[in-house]
Amino acid sequence: MADRHLEPDTPELRARWGGFAFNAAWEAKARAAIARYPAGRQRSAVMALLDYAQRQVGEETNTQGWLPIPVMEYVATYLDMPVIRVVEVATFYFMYNLVPVGRFHVQVCGTTPCMLRGSDDIMAACKQRGMHKGHTTDDGMWTLTEVECMGNCASAPMVQINDDNYEDLTADRLDAVLDALAAGKTPKAGTQEPGRHTVEPLGGPTTLTEMVTANHDYRGEW
Amino acid sequence: MPKVTVDGIELEVPQGATVLQACELAGKEIPRFCYHERLSIAGNCRMCLVEVKPGPPKPQASCALPAAEGQEIRTDSPMVKTAREGVMEFLLINHPLDCPICDQGGECDLQDQSMAYGRGGSRYHEHKRAVTEKYMGPLIKTAMTRCIHCTRCVRFSEEIAGVDEIGALYRGEAMQITTYLEKAASHEMSANVIDLCPVGALTSRPYAFEARPWELKKTLSIDVSDACGANIRLDSRGREVLRILPRINDDVNEEWISDKARFQVDGLTRRRLDKPWIRRDGKLTAATWAEAFAAVARVKPGKDVAVIAGDLVDCETMFAAKKLAGALGSSLLEGRQTGMDYDTSNLAAVSFNTTFSGIETADAIVIVGSNLRIEAPLVQVRIRKAVKAGAKVFIVGPEWETTYPAIWLGTDLAVLGKLPQAADDVLSAAARPALILGGAGFAKGALGASLALAEKYKLVRDGWNGFNGLHLAAARMGGLMLGYAQQGGIADLVAAKPKLVLSLGADEADYTRFAGSIVVYIGHHGDKGAHAADIILPAAAFTEKAGTYVNTEGRVQFAEKAVFAPGDAREDWTILRALADALGVNVGFDSFEQLRAAMIAEVPALGVEGLADYGALPKAPKAKATGSIETYPIKDFYLTNPIARASETMQRCSAELLHGEDFAEAAE
Repeated sequence: MADRHLEPDTPELRARWGGFAFNAAWEAKARAAIARYPAGRQRSAVMALLDYAQRQVGEETNTQGWLPIPVMEYVATYLDMPVIRVVEVATFYFMYNLVPVGRFHVQVCGTTPCMLRGSDDIMAACKQRGMHKGHTTDDGMWTLTEVECMGNCASAPMVQINDDNYEDLTADRLDAVLDALAAGKTPKAGTQEPGRHTVEPLGGPTTLTEMVTANHDYRGEW
Repeated sequence: MPKVTVDGIELEVPQGATVLQACELAGKEIPRFCYHERLSIAGNCRMCLVEVKPGPPKPQASCALPAAEGQEIRTDSPMVKTAREGVMEFLLINHPLDCPICDQGGECDLQDQSMAYGRGGSRYHEHKRAVTEKYMGPLIKTAMTRCIHCTRCVRFSEEIAGVDEIGALYRGEAMQITTYLEKAASHEMSANVIDLCPVGALTSRPYAFEARPWELKKTLSIDVSDACGANIRLDSRGREVLRILPRINDDVNEEWISDKARFQVDGLTRRRLDKPWIRRDGKLTAATWAEAFAAVARVKPGKDVAVIAGDLVDCETMFAAKKLAGALGSSLLEGRQTGMDYDTSNLAAVSFNTTFSGIETADAIVIVGSNLRIEAPLVQVRIRKAVKAGAKVFIVGPEWETTYPAIWLGTDLAVLGKLPQAADDVLSAAARPALILGGAGFAKGALGASLALAEKYKLVRDGWNGFNGLHLAAARMGGLMLGYAQQGGIADLVAAKPKLVLSLGADEADYTRFAGSIVVYIGHHGDKGAHAADIILPAAAFTEKAGTYVNTEGRVQFAEKAVFAPGDAREDWTILRALADALGVNVGFDSFEQLRAAMIAEVPALGVEGLADYGALPKAPKAKATGSIETYPIKDFYLTNPIARASETMQRCSAELLHGEDFAEAAE
């Protein structure tokens, strides 16, 4: 958590990203985001624009995307606000990457429920595939991060890879997901438990059983 | 007016007051770190917890809680005591125990409040957080491990200075205060964050490891680096003034001072004139006082004497020189060294009539030829407040970086005769319109046209005088009150071809125009004036003599003497008194008290602390302003006077902040 840092502002970084500008598609989205707020309050759209900028950087580099300093400056100019305020936002939220990441950003939850349900195995499985915490693999495919609770405790353990969550994992199931991603396929997001759809209880409902087939009014029974 | 009860004391508090303010009104001390009267409320240090009924059964942050009718506030209950102890313990978890090597020691809010409200012992055995050093420029030394994240510095730079350069990056325990990309903070008021910082995270870099606060003698004084007359405190030890801090005066500087006022202090010990010098065969050679006085006497000036007053001198010095010149039969006095010759027959037309606190309430402001940020940072802060409250600002002159939205009316002064429609509409509709005429405006002769504009838009109305002159020299208004102004400015002195020119620390004047005269320089620094002088009489700087100063508002203020002048240097008035003997005339005073009494007898306003009354504005002359303002008089904010030019700190600021030289150090 405390190891987040800004990518140093070097001449190379400036050379690579100094000319950054939204392309037509992201520009349209950025305009739409700004239009959600009253005139003069355009800086309220800073979070959306940082996200769009990160995604465009991702498209240009074929990774999940990140926010180089010149890109943050571009967003600041775009919204006519001080750069330091943009950097404050970007450094606060963990979904903005401050350093380059790989094609897939594997974020393994290690908070208590996931830990109890075997996140250590998940982490080990990632390491087995050559990933290191906080690093990108040499082929540029995987970046591994350990994160705090992502709110999927009922289907723990979980990982978040780019925009999708993969839940109810075991080492094997994670391997299958990662293999599919590496092969360019799109594995099913969400729970990986066969027969489970979301976070309903395993083995069928244990409460409100009458509601499964029909709309039952419980109120009289209280 | 809600009625509240604080620890059983019932009192009425103003509408909109917070619980913290209510407690203060009741005489209860509430510990705090993030709360500051002049900044917005953040509510993030949690030190000001109190118990409030009605409300949730838990302590509440009093700084962010509005006082409401019927509240029962307790600041002395067991809940409050344990809450404070808890907050203090959390704050100290990540605060290093390096008070013995911390410059804030002895004047540290955290130190004091942990003594008063803390537990007295630590239960924390884990590792403490450490934060990498942040570079904040030549003035601010950082030790960010000590930071308790009160964000006062962030709020100051955003709200008061108007330059968003400090921010809080990352979050939670990893939060770090830094300037953007660790660039130097470059605002003219940036060092005020040192005073604001409640711990030792931001301390003064030039003053690092110099002294402990309890060793210092504190003297009340007045700043001379600009014409605002900021109230300052001189902290001295032995014969040296070690630092300058602001004093609170809501009428003048609130509690801020500019970086130059604060850090030119090291210039007071460098390039000092500490013995008399006489020019022999074109070279200055050291001499004794007797030799120097004899050399002056040999000039036998008769009544061919002229006096040029410098920008930093006090009224007493100017009055003593005036008496001396008068005794010799001359009234050739001038303080406007750069050749300005605006009309001074009515001082109301050249003073800041609205007053600094008044300009905050203006709703339309026209600035003529002034780069306020570097000419008067304290006024700039006030105008920012006015703009925040809805005032519109129009500026005539070359563009500079304002910290608020302003409309530029071009550089041509003819615009004063006929304002563009937008400005005309705003000024006509304004209830409290104001005009500020700056140094460049005075120099270009815009005074008449500005007065005409004041008449046209009724800048003077019931209870409101919107006409303001903004000077650059601390001595200017005092000099004008004492008659240091000729009809044609300094050109009159040149035309009179005086045998003897007395220069009272005048370093901006062009002495090549006095080639035929003997120039006697009575000043404290070996600067431009001393280089041109034939005889140098070493005098006292503003910290080394008591004196009266009048700021650009016409506010008379008294400064006290902190230390003695170095070497053979003497207080200015004693030199002038001795010169009178050398020249064989009588000036009518033998002591400082007599001098001051004579001065007050002649100009009574100088004896009363506070605003001098200059009467009503004169009728506007028919003159039309022509020409255009191409530049502003101050080229280098950090090097405007001989003290600042001698200061290593100011030289480095100038090189690094204005000329972009790279001094950035690697993290320690």
